[in-house]
Amino acid sequence: MRDPRPYQIATLALLLAYGLARLGFDVPALHVFLILGTALLTQRVLTDACGLPRFDPRSALISGLSLCLLLRTGSPWLAASAAVAAIASKFLIRCNGKHVFNPTNFGLVASMALTPRVWVSPGQWGHSALFAFLMACLGGVVVFRAWRSDVTAAFLAAYAALLLGRALLLGDPLPIPLHQLQSGALLLFSFFMISDPKTTPDSRTGRMLFAALVALGAWYVQFRLFRPSGILWSLAACSAVVPLLDRLFPARRYAWAPEASGPRRPEEGAFHGAQVDLRSGDARAGRGGEGRVRLLRLLRGQG
Amino acid sequence: MLAAGVKAAFGFCGFYVAKADTRLFNKASQVALVRLDDKTVMTMANDFRGDPKEFAIVIPVPTFLERDQIHVGDKALLDHLDAYSAPRLVEYFDGDPCTPRYPEALSVGAAQAPAAKMAREKSLGVTVEARYTIGEYDILILSAKESTGLETWLTQNGYRIPPGASAVLGSYIKQGMRFFVAKVNLKEQARLGFQYLRPLQVAYESPKFMLPIRLGTVNADGPQELFVYALTRKGRVETTNYRTVRLPTGMDLPVYVKSKFPAFYKAMFAEQVRREDMRSVFLEYAWDMAWCDPCAADPLSRDELRQLGVFWLGEAAAGQQGQAQEVFLTRLHVRYDAAHFPEDLAFQETGDRQNFQARYVLRHPWKEAKSCPAADQYRKDLARRQETEAQALATLTGWRIEDIRRTMGVTALDEKKWWQKLWGD
Repeated sequence: MRDPRPYQIATLALLLAYGLARLGFDVPALHVFLILGTALLTQRVLTDACGLPRFDPRSALISGLSLCLLLRTGSPWLAASAAVAAIASKFLIRCNGKHVFNPTNFGLVASMALTPRVWVSPGQWGHSALFAFLMACLGGVVVFRAWRSDVTAAFLAAYAALLLGRALLLGDPLPIPLHQLQSGALLLFSFFMISDPKTTPDSRTGRMLFAALVALGAWYVQFRLFRPSGILWSLAACSAVVPLLDRLFPARRYAWAPEASGPRRPEEGAFHGAQVDLRSGDARAGRGGEGRVRLLRLLRGQG
Repeated sequence: MLAAGVKAAFGFCGFYVAKADTRLFNKASQVALVRLDDKTVMTMANDFRGDPKEFAIVIPVPTFLERDQIHVGDKALLDHLDAYSAPRLVEYFDGDPCTPRYPEALSVGAAQAPAAKMAREKSLGVTVEARYTIGEYDILILSAKESTGLETWLTQNGYRIPPGASAVLGSYIKQGMRFFVAKVNLKEQARLGFQYLRPLQVAYESPKFMLPIRLGTVNADGPQELFVYALTRKGRVETTNYRTVRLPTGMDLPVYVKSKFPAFYKAMFAEQVRREDMRSVFLEYAWDMAWCDPCAADPLSRDELRQLGVFWLGEAAAGQQGQAQEVFLTRLHVRYDAAHFPEDLAFQETGDRQNFQARYVLRHPWKEAKSCPAADQYRKDLARRQETEAQALATLTGWRIEDIRRTMGVTALDEKKWWQKLWGD
């Protein structure tokens, strides 16, 4: 299994190019450079400050690209500070050696909560079926490689069920929930944000529960509170529950793919000890010593 | 000016329930939405020109409305908003190339869109929560438990409900919405002496920032047209469940467009709708209400804004003549039908305060017969420029380039083929 992040980076970059060129996203080139630059710089500075063995730009790049895709603001400063908040949250808001929030999600939600000058334009992706299909395919590749397609599938299933249920209850025709589901923003969220393996629960049971919770929260914000971007607020709120879910349903922790030799993963790896889990996902896993033995065995095998 | 142009069906959120089989051809609605926090003031107008007694309207509203939450506004307010925010032309005149100087903007023209209003009443299985006569309107606020009851009630009370409306009514009932039903009180209308129907205004507090368009699509024959003027404090308004797209702007166009501007606007809008597969809402104007450049019409005065419902303007300054501040105007234009817009429009206010206008430039050529090297060069450049203008117009409107060139009185530029350049002289 290879590190999925290069695929994610390529996909997000492609989506950004498509959004800028074809969908007319309101993102000035300056903001793109600022967000990416600030994200990388913050990662660099905090890597040093936390004494991590090696600077790894990949995760920061993913967060930066996702921010470019979703965050809208007229102020370059706010764009840059959202990137700082996103990356810093990864280092500073931690629980059980694992960061609590998806960095992009945190950057967006914190900025939107603090200032009305930052917003997300969920409608800007349009509803073109072709585009939805493309996103699903590309997203599928990424998720598959990150071993977390179960969260995406569970979230989409739960959210679709809620929307369909609502339509049934109201007597609305099918095109209404379908229109709500064919949203580029929703797919982007499902395939690239909620599927983040570092911030989802470790066990499959936990992840299923988590996905259902996020879907319920998103539905509540959207159709009970009548506020836009329900999925983002819901994910942020539900992320706070992840440590509890991990406690209730313990399992091995996810690590980005192993390197054939050399030190363990940088950044998060240094915090909680990377454990390679090729079949990941199930809750059978042992913790601590057993996992470490497995890792050693695996490394030896590869070496 | 454009009035004839944008032929729109009324009924953004309601439907006509005419008693006779009067065909209604007016399909354009205008809605001003003033919004801050959860407080909304909605002004609704359409360009209904039929017999007032034939007019009735049913509009879902998020909350119960007291008498003083309903008001009859002045049609001139929406006309002014329309004129101020309409797509515009700017003209420049080329100077004598032999004695060059800077070009000057001389005049502007604006396209305008249409507007107006109506009603009807009674009870059974349905609660008539309130009954008001306000201005020339008889107004009912209804709530209902189920759609068939409401439908029966409306039918029994002389409203013609289009087939298919029942399911939509049911959906709104389950979402806890009330129904605002209005018809014209002919006596009151005669007494007040208004020849046209004035816009209805309602003020309410609800987190729902939306416009119910579904009822309007039920009996629509063909797509409908809706203009939304959002007046907010922070910034531009956009739809959250449909794409909001800016109209193309800033192009140089052939000068003959000046006399055909309404036709141009119509064709250009139709072409943009086609390109977006009729699934987008178009942004036509976004501007801080304090100024404009160029101004298609003066910005609205404080007094006008207050009449439209901008409640946050300082009381102290209310009396003072002059231009408004703290108001950001967004003009959205949407052509919709049930197939492409299955859901009601949901909006959000963004923090975007960037100004945007649909503005097209006409450059009048210098026509004197003088000769100098600069003039020769100018004429060469002019031919090229006119070709570009023709192409821009063709792309924007979908009109045939040959027709455009003919109207302009120019011929296609003789571009040499590559082999002619290779072996020609």
